[in-house]
Amino acid sequence: MEQFLQQVASGLANGAIYACVALALVMIYVSTDHINFAQGEMAMFSTYISWQLMTWGMSFWLAFISAVVLSFIMGVLIERLILRPLHNAPVLSIIVVFIGLLAIFNSMAGAIWSYLIKEFPSPFPKSSFGIAGVIGPHQLGVVVVTLIVLGLLFVFFRYTPLGLAMRAAAQNPQMARLVGVRVDWMLALGWGLAASVGAVAGIMVAHIVYLDPNMMGGILLYAFASALVGGISNPAGAVAGGFIVGILENMVAYAGNQIEKATGIYIIGNGEKLTVALIIVIFVLTVKPAGLFGRVVVKRV
Amino acid sequence: MAALLEVKGLKAFYGQTQSLYDVGFELPAGGITTLLGANGAGKTTTLRAICNMVRTDGTIRFDGKDIRGKATEEIVRLRIAHVPEGRGTFTTLTVDENLRIAAYTRRDRQAVKNELDRVFTYFPRLKERIEQQAGTLSGGEQQMLAIARALMLGPRLMLLDEPSFGLAPLIVQEIFRILKRINEEEKVSILLVEQNAALALDLATHAYVLETGKVVMSGPSDVVKNDENVRKSYLGY
Repeated sequence: MEQFLQQVASGLANGAIYACVALALVMIYVSTDHINFAQGEMAMFSTYISWQLMTWGMSFWLAFISAVVLSFIMGVLIERLILRPLHNAPVLSIIVVFIGLLAIFNSMAGAIWSYLIKEFPSPFPKSSFGIAGVIGPHQLGVVVVTLIVLGLLFVFFRYTPLGLAMRAAAQNPQMARLVGVRVDWMLALGWGLAASVGAVAGIMVAHIVYLDPNMMGGILLYAFASALVGGISNPAGAVAGGFIVGILENMVAYAGNQIEKATGIYIIGNGEKLTVALIIVIFVLTVKPAGLFGRVVVKRV
Repeated sequence: MAALLEVKGLKAFYGQTQSLYDVGFELPAGGITTLLGANGAGKTTTLRAICNMVRTDGTIRFDGKDIRGKATEEIVRLRIAHVPEGRGTFTTLTVDENLRIAAYTRRDRQAVKNELDRVFTYFPRLKERIEQQAGTLSGGEQQMLAIARALMLGPRLMLLDEPSFGLAPLIVQEIFRILKRINEEEKVSILLVEQNAALALDLATHAYVLETGKVVMSGPSDVVKNDENVRKSYLGY
């Protein structure tokens, strides 16, 4: 039982990370109809920035906030300088640009900070934090921090005029212009916010997966699965999807272990967790493309 | 009366295709002017051209200043409110949000609230639906929402594209009564594009008739109404 709870708890912690990256993907998807394949590498790069700031003597939280702010600026600049000139380009060109960005960030991080795996500190006190035997201090901290970030984003989008303008711009850009919304800037802001949320995920997960230029590869895949489960155009669904995928992957591995223990037959275990994400992707796309919380969009032609 | 909007030699293009050749008209401050014409004559394009939503050439002066080629959102910020064809409802947002979005540049929360209250005096029905998702409103209510949202911009000029489209006659009459009130009480000038020529000529003081991207006739509504050709082509009697 305790082992079961442990698995659920660590699933929640992973799920929180997936939820953040999935939300970043969805934020860009709803306003541009594109999946940013470089989202994970941008988050990795942000994590390196925070690491660099810490080695220069900043405290964890100061480095955290600075990296999130710098990521925001980075996201805005990428949109303004790289994607703006392409806004009438065909989808495939944009996908190639995303893949290019992925490769650029990956090799830049490698060139600046080397491909050696680095340890990354946890800001959460070892003792008196977490629930003994069920959830560790870092895992609980990750869940709390991401929930705070997601809560702030919810309040921003739901209750502020700027958040409303961003939602309107994403939903109907032409009409948004007709009520005076500067739609181009809303897109850039969306990129900035997505980069920031990604940075939060990267910095939170780095203690678990260690810091290296390929740290986000698998996580991006999980996040993509999460976004699909939630319905690719639904931000709240993406968050829910993140937690569902996080728990599901652990449950599958846990069930696999139990079966092996009982029967001695190895079917699936921790090594195949990433396969679970891929199966989810294929399953959702073939069986329920709109996801759990998404709506089917019917286009008139 | 000084012209609030002055359009001269306006041409418009969709890609390589030219759809306006020579459109010119004047809209007096505080007046209601209508553009009539058959399908494809260029009425909607003229409205879109004023807001720079198509490629244009020619002169468009608003309040004496040339606005042609400015970004759509900057033109709107001069308080030109465009109520587009098909109403442009933000379907996933609530009625309240649909209205507030038009006031998002304004910092003064109390002023926005007063504005909302004032808009609801014209459209009490929207107040009952305030928390509803706008996509669930009926066609007539969505048209009212579109006009109400335009009012939230505090407009000097309102561009209305087929406000009667797809609505029951009773609702259309109600909407046209409200438009008249808005023109009189809010001092909003109106440029109206309408298929229903009889209705439009009753509301407007001036009318321009478009044919294949050119103005072919213009004058006070009464004169246009009694013109033999207009009567046969657009009024049907």
